Amino acid sequence: MTSSRSAVMFALALLAPALIYILIIVAYPLVDTFILSFTNASLRPDYDFVGWANYLRIFTAGNFTEVIIRTFIWTMLSVGMKMVIGMCGAVLLNAAIPGQTLFRILIMPPWVVPMAIGIFMWGWMYNGQFGMISGLLQNFGVIDRPVAWLAYGDTAFWATIVTDVWIGVPMVTIYFLAAMQSIPRDLHEAAWTDGAGRFYRFRRITLPLMIPAVLTMSLLSLIATFNSFDIIWILTQGGPSGSTTTMIIDTYKTAMGSRKYGEGAARAVVICIFVSIFCIVYFRAVRKLSQGEAK
Amino acid sequence: MSDVARTTEVAAVDSPAIVRPKFKLRSTKPMIDRYRWYEALGLYAGLAVFLFFVLAPFIEGFLVSLKPLALLFSTPYSFWPSNGSFDAYIRMWDSVPLLGLYIFNSFFISSIVTIVVVIVVVPAAYAFARFQFNGAGLMLGGFLAVNMFSGAVLLIPLFRLMRSLGLLNTYWAMIVPGAAFLIPSSIWLLRTYMIRIPKELDEAAWVDGASRLYTLRRVILPLAMPGIVVVAIMTFIGAYAQQFIFALTFNSKSEFMPLPIGLFAFFGKQEVIWNELMAASFVGVLPVMVVIVFLQRYLVAGLTAGAIKQ
Repeated sequence: MTSSRSAVMFALALLAPALIYILIIVAYPLVDTFILSFTNASLRPDYDFVGWANYLRIFTAGNFTEVIIRTFIWTMLSVGMKMVIGMCGAVLLNAAIPGQTLFRILIMPPWVVPMAIGIFMWGWMYNGQFGMISGLLQNFGVIDRPVAWLAYGDTAFWATIVTDVWIGVPMVTIYFLAAMQSIPRDLHEAAWTDGAGRFYRFRRITLPLMIPAVLTMSLLSLIATFNSFDIIWILTQGGPSGSTTTMIIDTYKTAMGSRKYGEGAARAVVICIFVSIFCIVYFRAVRKLSQGEAK
Repeated sequence: MSDVARTTEVAAVDSPAIVRPKFKLRSTKPMIDRYRWYEALGLYAGLAVFLFFVLAPFIEGFLVSLKPLALLFSTPYSFWPSNGSFDAYIRMWDSVPLLGLYIFNSFFISSIVTIVVVIVVVPAAYAFARFQFNGAGLMLGGFLAVNMFSGAVLLIPLFRLMRSLGLLNTYWAMIVPGAAFLIPSSIWLLRTYMIRIPKELDEAAWVDGASRLYTLRRVILPLAMPGIVVVAIMTFIGAYAQQFIFALTFNSKSEFMPLPIGLFAFFGKQEVIWNELMAASFVGVLPVMVVIVFLQRYLVAGLTAGAIKQ
């Protein structure tokens, strides 16, 4: 039944809407980006091919390498913090204590509320004169005068990371929690019977069995963080003086701000190449890991 | 599970390696799940810190919405709104005249995106779950590869595409690209669900002379309904939480703006009326928040179904 010719035709007919949709809205723009990156397209309707000129320009003139390095640092710090905090959160929410269900619901808002709304609230919290962070830290005597977190390069850099972590943490936590719950309870009970403490069991049972979940989630949040736009755009628009300009912000500014579509497309292509490299490295790592298990 | 717990508990009593607590806790929990007082204290302290990090912006946002502007812009910082009032919740309707429309737009755009995605995804997921054909794996991989690219990367050609389709400054400029990036993971999710429906059901219907389309409609669809509900909810949340960049770039008409963009314009003004901005944000997200509390089970299911290995 499933291999006959009519079955294949039926399957393809079922797939057609999704396939056509993605081809038009994602695949065609992707190809178009590659083509545009070799042109001097702008707001004018006609444009010429300029060969590698856009790529030469972005890599020789300006601070593109600096932007790439900054993007990598920003992404790595954010993904690392999401993984660590998400793991801690999952451990805490996995504990069999009263209030568990309520706590699990309470961590969801950053994930389900429109990102932009959450970012507005962070925008106020970072306010130097009147915001919560500066205010509370002053009350506790950690800092002695107001700090406008978004006004200086390095604090703005960290502030955007913290907000990105905040948005990503609920999803990572829930995912890790589910992975943690799928670990057979027998393992913990056997170890417990042999006198293994909680910390030892976490290190020797939970963590090793969580590696696949951590790998999957790191790739997913790596892609999401690398492409993160809303947070930086709302909080700092890439400033002050470029200190939070990541590759996505840089591309957006070039394309939508200066209307240099060709050069913007070249920057977008560089992003696509990096993301593809992440995915290849990830699947290599997964394959190596599963081979190691088979041995 | 409780049987296992009980047997281990018996084993634990015999085992001298286990140090039992000196005083007896009146608890029915299996021993392995019991905590000493300092362990419980540590857990609650950890949870308090964790939840404070997660909820701080909402707490602060809510308190700000209660503070009069004079108190808001005064130093030193006061956490608690001592002379708080709900004034901002009334005045915001004058300051943001289109607020009701923004809230509706957000909801409307996400709903249409959800409908489009479900219509496109259900047949595709069925095809991937049931039929073997050349290139099926490659095609599925191709769909998943879409997840690698964000809307922000493809913004330039998408902008040109929307312009040439004449969709700029319409609802469709936000719906069409919004749905595209939610289709791949929805296919993956629903395919995982449909694989678990026994194949024998299709075959029995086939033997009884049902056509393939009839089988999909009358046998598979009812059984896959819980999975479709999860996909629909995940899609709605995705569309609702992430509407920003397309709405920012492809639409400039205020009457079509979703809530985040409508408030972003308000945010960009020289003097931000923070208490009203926060009040408007809260009122805007409240309906969805209430729904989420009831649907959180499905959200967890949706997030973790993809997690389980293919």
